[in-house]
Amino acid sequence: MDNHNEQIVQEEERWRRDKKVASLPPSRTEMGRDVKPVYTPADVKGTDYLRDLGFPGQYPFTRGVYPGMYRVTPWQMRLYSGFGTAEDTNKRWKFLLASGNNGVAVALDMPTQLGLDADHEMAEDEVGKLGAAVDTLRDMEVMYEGLPLDKIVSSFNVNAVCPIIIAMYVALAQKQGTPLTAISGTLANDLFCEYVSRGAYIFPPGPSLRLQTDVLEFCTKNLPKFYPYNIRGIIMREAGASMVQEIAFTFANAIAYVQAGVDRGLAVDDFGPRMSFFFANGEEIFEEVAKYRAARRIWARLIKERFGATRPQAMLLRFTATARGSIYEPVEPENNVIRGAYSVLAAALGGAQGMLHPALDEPFAIPTERTALLALRTQQICAYETGITRTADPLGGSYYVEYLTNEMEADILREMGKIEEMGGAARAIEAGYMQKRIADEAFKWEQERLTGDRPVVGVNKFRQEQSGRSKMEFHKFDPTARDRQVQRLNRAKAERDPEAVRRALAALQDAARRPDVNLIPPLIDATNAFATLGEMCDALKAVFGMFREPVVV
Amino acid sequence: MPQKSVATRHSPLRVLIAKVGLDGHDRGAKVVARFLRDAGMEVIYTGLHQTPTQVVQSAIQEDVDVVGLSFLSGAHIGLTRKVIEELKAQGVADKPVVVGGTIVDDDIEALKALGVAGVFPVGTPAPEVVDAIRRFGAQRVA
Repeated sequence: MDNHNEQIVQEEERWRRDKKVASLPPSRTEMGRDVKPVYTPADVKGTDYLRDLGFPGQYPFTRGVYPGMYRVTPWQMRLYSGFGTAEDTNKRWKFLLASGNNGVAVALDMPTQLGLDADHEMAEDEVGKLGAAVDTLRDMEVMYEGLPLDKIVSSFNVNAVCPIIIAMYVALAQKQGTPLTAISGTLANDLFCEYVSRGAYIFPPGPSLRLQTDVLEFCTKNLPKFYPYNIRGIIMREAGASMVQEIAFTFANAIAYVQAGVDRGLAVDDFGPRMSFFFANGEEIFEEVAKYRAARRIWARLIKERFGATRPQAMLLRFTATARGSIYEPVEPENNVIRGAYSVLAAALGGAQGMLHPALDEPFAIPTERTALLALRTQQICAYETGITRTADPLGGSYYVEYLTNEMEADILREMGKIEEMGGAARAIEAGYMQKRIADEAFKWEQERLTGDRPVVGVNKFRQEQSGRSKMEFHKFDPTARDRQVQRLNRAKAERDPEAVRRALAALQDAARRPDVNLIPPLIDATNAFATLGEMCDALKAVFGMFREPVVV
Repeated sequence: MPQKSVATRHSPLRVLIAKVGLDGHDRGAKVVARFLRDAGMEVIYTGLHQTPTQVVQSAIQEDVDVVGLSFLSGAHIGLTRKVIEELKAQGVADKPVVVGGTIVDDDIEALKALGVAGVFPVGTPAPEVVDAIRRFGAQRVA
């Protein structure tokens, strides 16, 4: 074999001389890698097929987490959606489900995500804008009207208020008479990422990790079909992180969460299979595919070697991928459909288990019905018309892709090593390390976009002279949403038993003071008494305090 | 009433970049802040979750020449109105306000009608933002 590779290397040298290959222009990937004009088996000679690649659904899962991959069923297709009040959201969900979405990816508005009721002063301009408003169990009931919880899969982008939202979902299931073993969904439950890049945090890191682990424990013991973690690289990537940073920072955070679970006495073999991830990718197709393959291999080895997992299901890197809405442009917005399509292709070739897809009007507003449908069609056409779903990891064996996979793995491990040396994710975040790296990359990206080093068609390349501002119809925020929501909130408060609420909140606060108590049951009690989200968060804030960010530009 | 210091041609323009409201998308705000610093201005970035009152307090305390607000939350009209009203209430309405983020065309007009000096929707090249801020800041000082 080595002999053969040596021959190839020699022939390549000859080819380079004969064809004057050295005078070809250089080419760099998005990660800045110098790419050769052609790759050969000699470029991947250290790779052992059975050790490093193997078969899909088998350790180290480089080629995919399931044996059949998309042959069985394409990736799950969703659109992140929610706006206005629960009724508005319920209506949009029914439309998406009828069009072929497999479940709902729940968008909650910023007040809800930050633990504020719709009547809070800071909520006034934000109710129902970026998601649905949820203040009490009543909102959850309306949101899921006509959608029995054993027939729908709900993915919640909730972090700081995750314990409250899962308490509400459980309370709703119990009211519907649906067994808890039958409800399925995913919870993000990922605060470190919020501290780094998204800002939807409430409490400081210690209490956040306790709450996250309460969710993990409750789900592991009671909700077998729920994924209590959906650890996100997407947020950091969309804030500017490079591919390598996206995976490295996410895994550093994940290590902290797994460790917290283990410290709580939970077994990695039990909760490992219920951890999931969420990444973003752009259009640098082969490098993104290599990123996903390397990530699977790294995660499998990590869970096995560092945490001692023995069940293969605990070692799977199940992930949702999304096209990067941050690369969409307001000029000639129809081009974003194509950007999205290539990104979907990269995610599919990379073996994602599910995809959320940004609609073409992402630079302007949240989607309309029309653009939401087109986003779904983008995925469906890839899955059903291109044939790429017939076999697992179709790019496996490409000399270029295997080379990139190895390089990606080395770079990611190196970055993870740096964070280990700092003392882990929590330390790195306190020191502002992740935040600074991300801000630097975002700045660099914008510079490259300006100079044209990063070509953006229609913007810095082949730009047309006439004004690029679009004449599209955008989603219009309903100005009545806030008032309608506050009305429902007031009604719920008027109809409840104030003494029961007071008791439930006191019990919640008591439980919060005791680190050995899982807070989900007291939250369910408070939810059933129609305590509001804001009241429950206030009770917890009184015990845990609030997080103050280190400002890093 | 704090002494209003006038930025002369020789002292750098001071710009406040603020994330007002609940929105945590800060990539654009931070990138603009970097470009402004590279262009020689002094930038104060407030961090997240500022109330309109806090923004105006910072603008006064830091004695800025321009106030920049960043929104990727859809809350730009209501919150910008509150900031501008508070600037007026505090007697510093001469500080020009600029707004950036996910802003549709109709809203650009609405913001200008509120008194916003410049609107920079997603995709606006950073140098354009820098030039505009320099102009607005110089006009205010002149």
